[in-house]
Amino acid sequence: MSGTYVIKGARILGGEPADLLLRDGEIAETGRGLAAAGAEVIDADGLVALPGLVDLHTHLREPGREDAETVESGTRAAARGGYTAVHAMANTHPVADTAGVVEQVWRLGREAGFCDVHPVGAVTQGIAGRQLAELGAMADSAAQVRVFSDDGHCVSDAVIMRRALEYVKAFDGVIAQHAQEPRLTEGAQMNEGEVSAALGLPGWPAVAEEAIIARDCLLAAHVGSRLHVCHVSTAGSVEIIRWAKSKGWRVTAEVTPHHLLLDDAVVRGYDPIYKVNPPLRTVDDVTALRHALADGTIDAVATDHAPHPVEAKETEWAAAAMGMIGLETALSVVQQSMIETGLLDWPGVADRMSYRPARIGRLNGQGRPLEAGAPANVVLYDPAPRTVVDPSGFASKSRNSPFAGLELPGRVVATFLRGRPTVLEGKLQ
Amino acid sequence: MKRHLISAADLTRDDALLVLDTAEELAQVADRSIKKLPTLRGRTVVNLFFEDSTRTRISFEAAAKRLSADVINFSVKGSSVSKGESLKDTALTLEAMGADGVVIRHSASGAPHRLANWVRGSVINAGDGTHEHPTQALLDAFTMRRRLGDLAGRKVTIVGDVLHSRVARSNVLLLHTLGADVTLVAPPTLLPVAVDTWPCSVSYDLDAVLPKSDVVMMLRVQRERMNAAYFPTVREYSRRYGLDADRVARLADHAIVMHPGPMNRGVEIAAEVADSPRSTIVEQVANGVSARMAVLYLLLGGSEPAIGKEVSH
Amino acid sequence: MNAASRPVQPAEARDAERDAGHKAVLEAPDIRRALTRIAHEILERTKGGADVVLLGIQTRGVTLARRLAARLEEVEGRPVPWGSLDVTMYRDDLRMRPARALGRTDLPPEGVDDRIVVLVDDVLFSGRTVRAALDALNDLGRPRAVQLAILVDRGHRELPIRADYVGKNLPTSMRETVRVLLAENDERDAVLLGPAAPGDTRGGAPDGEASHSDRKSAQ
Repeated sequence: MSGTYVIKGARILGGEPADLLLRDGEIAETGRGLAAAGAEVIDADGLVALPGLVDLHTHLREPGREDAETVESGTRAAARGGYTAVHAMANTHPVADTAGVVEQVWRLGREAGFCDVHPVGAVTQGIAGRQLAELGAMADSAAQVRVFSDDGHCVSDAVIMRRALEYVKAFDGVIAQHAQEPRLTEGAQMNEGEVSAALGLPGWPAVAEEAIIARDCLLAAHVGSRLHVCHVSTAGSVEIIRWAKSKGWRVTAEVTPHHLLLDDAVVRGYDPIYKVNPPLRTVDDVTALRHALADGTIDAVATDHAPHPVEAKETEWAAAAMGMIGLETALSVVQQSMIETGLLDWPGVADRMSYRPARIGRLNGQGRPLEAGAPANVVLYDPAPRTVVDPSGFASKSRNSPFAGLELPGRVVATFLRGRPTVLEGKLQ
Repeated sequence: MKRHLISAADLTRDDALLVLDTAEELAQVADRSIKKLPTLRGRTVVNLFFEDSTRTRISFEAAAKRLSADVINFSVKGSSVSKGESLKDTALTLEAMGADGVVIRHSASGAPHRLANWVRGSVINAGDGTHEHPTQALLDAFTMRRRLGDLAGRKVTIVGDVLHSRVARSNVLLLHTLGADVTLVAPPTLLPVAVDTWPCSVSYDLDAVLPKSDVVMMLRVQRERMNAAYFPTVREYSRRYGLDADRVARLADHAIVMHPGPMNRGVEIAAEVADSPRSTIVEQVANGVSARMAVLYLLLGGSEPAIGKEVSH
Repeated sequence: MNAASRPVQPAEARDAERDAGHKAVLEAPDIRRALTRIAHEILERTKGGADVVLLGIQTRGVTLARRLAARLEEVEGRPVPWGSLDVTMYRDDLRMRPARALGRTDLPPEGVDDRIVVLVDDVLFSGRTVRAALDALNDLGRPRAVQLAILVDRGHRELPIRADYVGKNLPTSMRETVRVLLAENDERDAVLLGPAAPGDTRGGAPDGEASHSDRKSAQ
């Protein structure tokens, strides 16, 4: 139920305090001294108001791995993180490679109601990289899929990739590539470099990412299609994407919170909580990624929220699953790595975490400025408190957060999805 | 304080010298009619082997038994699916048995590190994946010191598949700690990308390095590496990087030839070299027991370990 | 490279600290006379010392054994075999302190089988070191007899052990420490009696372990 709310004294995109009147699922008015009969008043003194966040890269694990996450638990985690829309990755069991599966996920999201769930369709059947999935059927389904990805696997075959890029032009789709040259990364366990050499772990070289990105940019240019690069992790990738954009090619890119904050030195303790694909890179890479996000070379922050049950991480490194959860810490990590370093301001955060990802995903009701007439997707965020991350309190079913034990700034106080609070006072509604 | 021996880097110079000095005294025990000391009576040492290695296991077993420890051999052939669970579950089992020391051999790099977080006893790494094998490095250093004296300034050349060698990693770290100059010789494909960050020199030319070497340590090269294009053929590998009689003839008179075993005779080392008086290969086996006795004594003999490093969680 | 020779802290600094408040109960000439007397007693009791092997317990027992061997040779005109025994691995208090460096065990070429082994140590206190030495000796061979020569017997035995040859009986209280200094180890000869130093961490120094560890039970 979307009631009427007056948010008093919020700093919209970090600006001067102002009020927001939410009514009938929309932002009815912004300004000073707003009031409405019967409205619930929310004191937002000191809070930053942002448009509802949009995640381009979420693993909700349902269907198939409901022990790790469900659409319900994953979207609750998203709401707590300030998200009003997430893109659910296709590598479920069964794979989201048919209209049936994407519609199921979409419907589960609607039923849960904590945030919009936009299924990502697989590019190839069974994400096996050999034969195109029925991309058109997924696009035409109730889920209206626009983002396609074999995430977790790279569409490494150049011909398949070219065809996929071409094919989705028919419905303004985008291929979100997990850039990983498979032969160069056989058995790879972590970033190839000083730390992998010392630890005796097979290396995942930067070039395996960069070579695919370069190829895909050229392919996208050649066929005039949209390419989105998932979880960019190296300085070299940034250079290539910057070059492709300078050519005017339709290439977009995302970076994860963990790649903005952590480097591969943390692997030295062999704790698989830090095992992720692509792997944590070097400090220089982290720096390059932050600057690329700041200057817009990288368009979006995407969480790559990848829940795993405890036993998948309580193992020796090589046997552990890859991935980290991130929905409930993303905004804090971005504040820490981008705001507090002076690289980005709050309008920049709104752009990289809401406007641009919504545009890439072609989501009309999301990622809109906080203005009268826009859907009332709003986050109220308190940047002041600093707390130690404790995953035991997370809404996600999984606990594999690499930020556990770190002190991070900020707290999501409230999230509104089309005028309805999904989170108030930091608590799910 | 719970300390472990997981990496050769866990040993300070004083620690390393203490181990070598202790091994020197303990080596005498092997020459006695009663090859046993009561030191670890009532202590339990578990040999936890997830990977077949009879040589290393019996070396640790002999070392522990000579110190009167109770030895439990625990061989786990982990299935690929349940590998992970079995390490954690095994750790819980060891806890229930009250193991004072756990000697672990595992195909996964870092497994001893993980285990150290889950058990109360001291963990001794007996070889983990392509990471480290610190007691091998200790027995190698012990062997070198018995043949050549103080290792400071000695030139040690390690030849072969450094990329996949836990022996090479541990030796580079320990020999550096002890003041020796290490040179790695291998085809570039068999060196880690960041080898320039290691405390050693690198060469691709064995013949250039040999005349200056006090020690030449040959590493095992698996034929299967050829299939992954690390080198074209075994014949070419052995021509460029194998130690044959001609190359040995160019060594200084005092120089010794080492090999951690098992050898591929005719690949990285010629049979006549392996069996020559310069070769320490048989001594290395005997010295392995003394070095491991020293490690077990120093970790488990007192109220708390006298060597090693804590593991942070 | 002998572990016992590695410096742990400057010897003089340590001595100065430890000697404070200590009084010398034996000086160099007293020690010399005591050893000479012990040498003669050994010859007497072993009927000329033909089968005698002296084994000094690390560290100062070894010095005393070397000196006794020299005395015996002076008197008898032939060398007397002597060696060193490290009993660390046989101690019953190993678990009470971190594992420590080992001293050298060096038997004379003659071995100990069918010999009269005279164990030599500086201070006899609880008797635990001698117990460990007897166990160690048991693993090294089968002597015909084992005897014990001691420079200072300070009493307070905790095991049924007594010395065959005693340089000096020195009644002490449990609160006191006895410290034997020998020129080869400590740059002078003396036996010091003093109060237990509050900061005296007995397990810390590998040097002089065998004698000091006997004092541990005084705590």
